[in-house]
Amino acid sequence: MALKETLHNLKEKYKGQKMAPAFNAIHTFLYAPNETTHGGTHIKGADDLKRTMNTVIMALVPCLVFGMFNAGYQHYMAIGQGVAAGGDFFSTAFWNWDNLIFGAWKVLPLVAVSYIVGLTVEFIFAVIKGHEVEEGYLVTGMLVPLIVPVDIPLWMLSVAVIFGVVIGKEVFGGTGMNILNPALTIRAFLFFAYPTWMSGDKVWVAGAQERASQIAAGMELDSISGETILGSLAQNKAAGYDLWDMFLGFIPGSVGETSTILILIGGLFLVFTKIGSWRIMLSAVLGALVMGMMFNGVVDAGWIDSSSKFYRLMSTPFWVHLIIGGLAFGIVYMATDPVTASQTNRGKWIYGFLIGFISVLIRVFNPAYPEGVFLAILLMNVFAPTIDHYVIQANVKRRMNRLKVKNA
Amino acid sequence: MSDSWAKKKNANTTSMSRDIKIKKGLNIHLKGEAEKTLSKAPRAQVFALRPENFHLVTPKLTVKEGAKIKAGEVLFYDKNQESVQFVSPVSGTLKTIERGPKRVITQLVIEADAKDEFLAHKTLDVEKADGETIKAHLLASGCWPFIMQRPYHIIARVNKTPKAIFVSGYTTAPLAADLDFTLIGKEEELQTAITALSKLTSGAVHISVGRDSNSPLRAIKDCVVHNVSGPHPAGNVGVQIAQIDPVNKGEVVWTVAAQDLVVIGELLRTGKFNAERVVALSGSCLNAPQYYTTKIGSAVAPVIQEAQLAQTHSRVVSGDVLTGGTITHQGYLGFYDNTICVIPEGDDYEFFGWNKPVFDKVSTSRALTFSWLQPKKKYDLTTNTNGEHRAFVVTGNYEEVFPMDIYPLQTLKACMVKDLDQMEALGMYELAPEDFALTEFVCVSKQPHQRIIREGLDVMYNEIG
Repeated sequence: MALKETLHNLKEKYKGQKMAPAFNAIHTFLYAPNETTHGGTHIKGADDLKRTMNTVIMALVPCLVFGMFNAGYQHYMAIGQGVAAGGDFFSTAFWNWDNLIFGAWKVLPLVAVSYIVGLTVEFIFAVIKGHEVEEGYLVTGMLVPLIVPVDIPLWMLSVAVIFGVVIGKEVFGGTGMNILNPALTIRAFLFFAYPTWMSGDKVWVAGAQERASQIAAGMELDSISGETILGSLAQNKAAGYDLWDMFLGFIPGSVGETSTILILIGGLFLVFTKIGSWRIMLSAVLGALVMGMMFNGVVDAGWIDSSSKFYRLMSTPFWVHLIIGGLAFGIVYMATDPVTASQTNRGKWIYGFLIGFISVLIRVFNPAYPEGVFLAILLMNVFAPTIDHYVIQANVKRRMNRLKVKNA
Repeated sequence: MSDSWAKKKNANTTSMSRDIKIKKGLNIHLKGEAEKTLSKAPRAQVFALRPENFHLVTPKLTVKEGAKIKAGEVLFYDKNQESVQFVSPVSGTLKTIERGPKRVITQLVIEADAKDEFLAHKTLDVEKADGETIKAHLLASGCWPFIMQRPYHIIARVNKTPKAIFVSGYTTAPLAADLDFTLIGKEEELQTAITALSKLTSGAVHISVGRDSNSPLRAIKDCVVHNVSGPHPAGNVGVQIAQIDPVNKGEVVWTVAAQDLVVIGELLRTGKFNAERVVALSGSCLNAPQYYTTKIGSAVAPVIQEAQLAQTHSRVVSGDVLTGGTITHQGYLGFYDNTICVIPEGDDYEFFGWNKPVFDKVSTSRALTFSWLQPKKKYDLTTNTNGEHRAFVVTGNYEEVFPMDIYPLQTLKACMVKDLDQMEALGMYELAPEDFALTEFVCVSKQPHQRIIREGLDVMYNEIG
């Protein structure tokens, strides 16, 4: 094949030069390299990091596609031109060209900006530091557009991506070395740098922000309420959506986080392919349920009444927490990031459980920003090495005891 | 539990025959398994002894180029333990002493006589002989290098007495020689060697055989025979040690490969250092893979020709494909190896190799890799790395194929940063590079696990000793 030889010759030509990593990144994207084993095992398993990352991306694609339709759907519903899908997952009121075209027009720029900005930073660092471009950003770049509000300005996203990739990852040494999940670092940067944008009720539905400024300018229009369910609950208002809508995903929220059913399918796919840790996913779900039950118990015991500002969220049935907000998305796609999670199997149980537990805790007690899952994951990212340390110490102790028993 | 009870329990478990069932691991089925027929390999004209087979040995030559040597005559000894000697596997003329960078001796090439003339040692009645006599005899005859020790996976230190000696008679590595077959008819030599070894340890000699096998080792006396079952690496002696009597800080165990017991046994019985052994010639590049009788250090070219080389663009491995060393088609059988594998080189690009579904490679994941559908299928794997070297990212996949109570990822990292305390705490004394062969095979980041462990062990040996 001619292309193969041409690329091979180019690779040999650029070997050792400054731009080699950039060329190799593109080359290895097209062709798995011709490297052979030396020194250790003579044969190797089929999996490499690209394949692993690609599997996660495949699990994310349904969420992305759904997110595009949902962006259009939420927009048309808000301006009164849409028809409610009414709990039917295959409803043509949701899956239609209008929704897709509008949504794609909104969401694809987010994807493009995320990848172009992020990969540019990665390439620059790879060339400066002379290492290969590592695949971590393939997943991060896909996650980022899915966890931001649809109406986020693109410049804001660019700034956040640059911050997240540089401070969240490259300063630690790149893929595999980072302490915090880069996608969540980007999300956290957006939240803390532009709080009025990220926590208002205007960014979750495309067009709401624009409409609000038009009204402010004196135009006579109905304002769009684009509040998320968690936002409503945190203000002690009713959710305004029925449970099926929440489960299927016909609700406002970050682009890709709304459809619990697709996240569930993605999660099962990750578990089946053995790429995502079932331990983390399962224990995080358990953690969220336990915390939710405790809050339900507080309400049932009559310790707080409906005048409390926490009442709505506390009295939300414990399992409903799993289908609203970003909890499910965070558990499946973010908590399972192997670099920032606990690395021991036992540690994963503890790590996951605490993520679920703390997510619901923050969600209920932080009315300013009820979406606790990203803070919970970032917090546990920081504690993951500590958890592993104690898990490993147990193993070390067992070994020491073996010796003691013998010498006794 | 009271300490005395625990001690008693411990004592019991280390001297009783046990059923060892290994669950974690991975059997890699490859094409080109050696057929169970045995032929005599054509006698090679050149032989070579390669000091790199003997880790941490600094060779001091005792012969000069051009010298006439007998089979069993000393070629060099170890500068670090001078009583450990290395002998010629064959009689002939020492043709060249090849040296590499810094004048390190890479190989001693011997032009073989048509027929071996053996250096005659005295024979030993191992039933009556005491430990010291046996030890001196093994050292003098060049059999000592067959004895390896843990910690550090090096040739046994002469001044240390092991708490136990382990022999694995169970083969699980891909394409490796089946010991149940290669040891047939060697019962007497095996028995002599085991009886001799049993006098060198304060504990027992432990032999592991496949649970359903009719291994010639099963009937051996003066030892404890254990039944092992499970996927690779159940046959690795390190895994068996961890189950039977793990190495603690300050303790030493010895391991001897089963095929080397035959050489030791014959030496004690006849006084001849007979380097003959049954070797599996396997791999998908051979048309007629089967077993051959050949000798340590023998040039492999004649025997590969005998097994009908089908593909010249191939790699010859002395040892199994997970732990063996690369030799060329003009190379020589390694000192410790009983397998020669010839597998295709994989130095070719694969279009979209990272994302298309894979049916012809082995994987422990199911990320569009489909080896989980056909667990018995035989694969024709090449030497391609299937991806590039990366930092550690994925977690939890090593543990699936690593049946020891040790954290593999953390151990590797401790070795990479040379954290001696951590290495010791995590259990490095129990480990040899081969224990990390499977984790290296499944490693998504294509890290050189065995080299990392080897270097870690070397650092420990130099610092702690």
